[in-house]
Amino acid sequence: MRIAISDDALAIACGADKLAEAFARAAPDAEIVRTSSWGMQWLEPLVDINGMGFGPATPGDVAAILDGGSDKAIGKIEDHPFIAKQQRLTFARAGKTQPLSLEDYTETGGWVALKKAYEIGPEATIGMVTESGLRGRGGAGFPAGIKWKTVAGAPGDQKYIVCNADEGDSGTFADRMLMEGDPYCLIEGMAIAGHAVGATKGYIYLRSEYPHAIRKMETAIKASAHLVSPFKLEVRVGAGAYVCGEETSLLNSLEGKRGEVRAKPPLPALEGLFGKPTVVNNVLTLAAVPNVLSEGAKAYADYGIGRSRGTMPVQLAGNIKQGGLYEIAFGITLGELVEEIGGGTESGRPIKAVQVGGPLGAYFPPSMFHLPFDYEAFTEAGGLIGHGGIVVFDDTADMLNQAHFAMEFCAVESCGKCTPCRIGAVRGQETLERIRAGGRGAGACEALPQMHNAKSSERSLEDEVVLLTDLCETMKFGSLCALGGFTPYPVMSALTHWPEDFGLEPAS
Amino acid sequence: MTTARLDEIITAHSIREAPLMPILNEVQAEFGCIDEEAKRQIAKALNLTRTEVHGIVSFYHDYRETNAELPIIKLCRAEACQSRGSEALAAKAETMANGRASIEPVYCLGLCSVGPNAMIGESVHARLDEPGLEALIREL
Ligand SMILES: Cc1cc2nc3c(=O)[nH]c(=O)nc-3n(C[C@H](O)[C@H](O)[C@H](O)COP(=O)(O)O)c2cc1C
Ligand code: SF4
Ligand code: FES
Repeated sequence: MRIAISDDALAIACGADKLAEAFARAAPDAEIVRTSSWGMQWLEPLVDINGMGFGPATPGDVAAILDGGSDKAIGKIEDHPFIAKQQRLTFARAGKTQPLSLEDYTETGGWVALKKAYEIGPEATIGMVTESGLRGRGGAGFPAGIKWKTVAGAPGDQKYIVCNADEGDSGTFADRMLMEGDPYCLIEGMAIAGHAVGATKGYIYLRSEYPHAIRKMETAIKASAHLVSPFKLEVRVGAGAYVCGEETSLLNSLEGKRGEVRAKPPLPALEGLFGKPTVVNNVLTLAAVPNVLSEGAKAYADYGIGRSRGTMPVQLAGNIKQGGLYEIAFGITLGELVEEIGGGTESGRPIKAVQVGGPLGAYFPPSMFHLPFDYEAFTEAGGLIGHGGIVVFDDTADMLNQAHFAMEFCAVESCGKCTPCRIGAVRGQETLERIRAGGRGAGACEALPQMHNAKSSERSLEDEVVLLTDLCETMKFGSLCALGGFTPYPVMSALTHWPEDFGLEPAS
Repeated sequence: MTTARLDEIITAHSIREAPLMPILNEVQAEFGCIDEEAKRQIAKALNLTRTEVHGIVSFYHDYRETNAELPIIKLCRAEACQSRGSEALAAKAETMANGRASIEPVYCLGLCSVGPNAMIGESVHARLDEPGLEALIREL
């Protein structure tokens, strides 16, 4: 009997280690293996016994599961609708292999892509990545092939591959799952990138909040060093700054500086780490590359719609019944993801809002659930898909609170380099507090004779809303990076779609 | 904080490219803070000014300038955990800790479908409610 339980951090946080111990005691003859997670997180810890699933399991369920009489049985895991309907390319191994087993990785098609890259050479490799239509999965959606081509063509004695594993967005965990569940896949992707652009050194900038991923990546790098040589890899651990996910801030941090954002140009592709040509790509971008090379660019590009090609590992989070990792071709609608696959809210109450794309992403009401998951469609709708996280809120959410939090988060995490963000986020919080109070009385300071231009009368709720809107315009167009520049998305979308939460007339 | 141990840490990392962050991470992990003396010693070893090192230490949320007196429970306060009731839990957490732990915010642990979540050292805890948090505090 083979009993598989995930050693993903989420499964562990839900009690997977204790469960594995309980199985080891109850079934001493069974082979107990720790695998990656299937991504059905509401069922974690999920026990996989010869392909049949049981979850969420506790040590108290062990006896019944072994007897075959457990009410936690979900049937054959691969046939579960949540798994069966996915199109797993990047996460093809999820749930099936032992993360650090080189044998498992090789047996499931590992290193084929790297060999192919060596065979066809850098130019053809970049050509395949370009043809696949793969765009950056970190948020901005920039075509990966074009970035690689720029770095390949840039003069430089030393070039770098930097993997952005800072994954700070709330509602996202795909980078973490990939690094914990299939670390060699990321290593292979980075080695291919290195070969393609002529870089011999790679860094993985990993956030400190992910200790399990750090340990797994470090172990995997050591174990596979001989397979990717002369390419060398190193993990660098962050220190709790959200803004260090922004690529130039990340490079500064890697260089041992304050994580302040750099002005562009110069592009990191030309003058990146230590001033050298550098590819900065998200974990999911790099981890998608082995599939593109081994299965072909066209096979990858056949998935998706419009200019969004391939698959997106969507992350269903927040108040959702069936949360987890759902990799699917672009084009699926928001409603299908949240209602059909996610099953609505876990609380059982109606959905009020979903935030897509992390703390800088817009809040959408159910009336916009027809939106297809596609970079351009979300931009047009006043939002972004970002790193593919979807956070569901039920009708107890107060959207004024959420708008306030967006400003608060921006103020806490601002790198401080530019005024619209550093000062604007603080003023934004204050304005929202006055909106909550329904406006404000005449200010003593403003009434002073020296204050020629200040408005000395009281300010109504509507006046404050005008101020907030104006402030958001300034932040949007005046900020150096997307932290200050996109914080207006959650704020303005909350105001636009739920004016009643701000004390205004409901939207018609 | 012993000078000798600090020197060892600095030396161990100094062969790497840009060794400052790895050094600071290890000093923080081992000593629980990066104090004035440590800043000066690191600055000297890396040929930086004390001000530069201070600027970096004060930029990152993980670095502390003084040692924490109580064990720290980092409670996730980001949106996905908010949608699952983290704010109500956080409002009571301080009282529940009652001087036995210090409750600090963290923004996302990557466990966003099973919140409210918390982290103590390197261990992660999901699906927290009041009894769950009580148990964590008791076991500290
Ligand atoms: C405030 C801020 C935070 C960001 N955080 C991340 C992050 O955690 N991970 C990531 O891959 N990209 C993040 N980005 C986007 C990066 O700047 C960059 O676009 C990305 O790493 C490029 O890789 P890609 O082309 O593969 O997406 C962030 C951007 C901003 C403005
Ligand atoms: S927008 Fe904010 S985080 Fe970005 S550069 Fe300006 S101050 Fe820094
Ligand atoms: S929001 Fe709390 S773990 Fe992600």
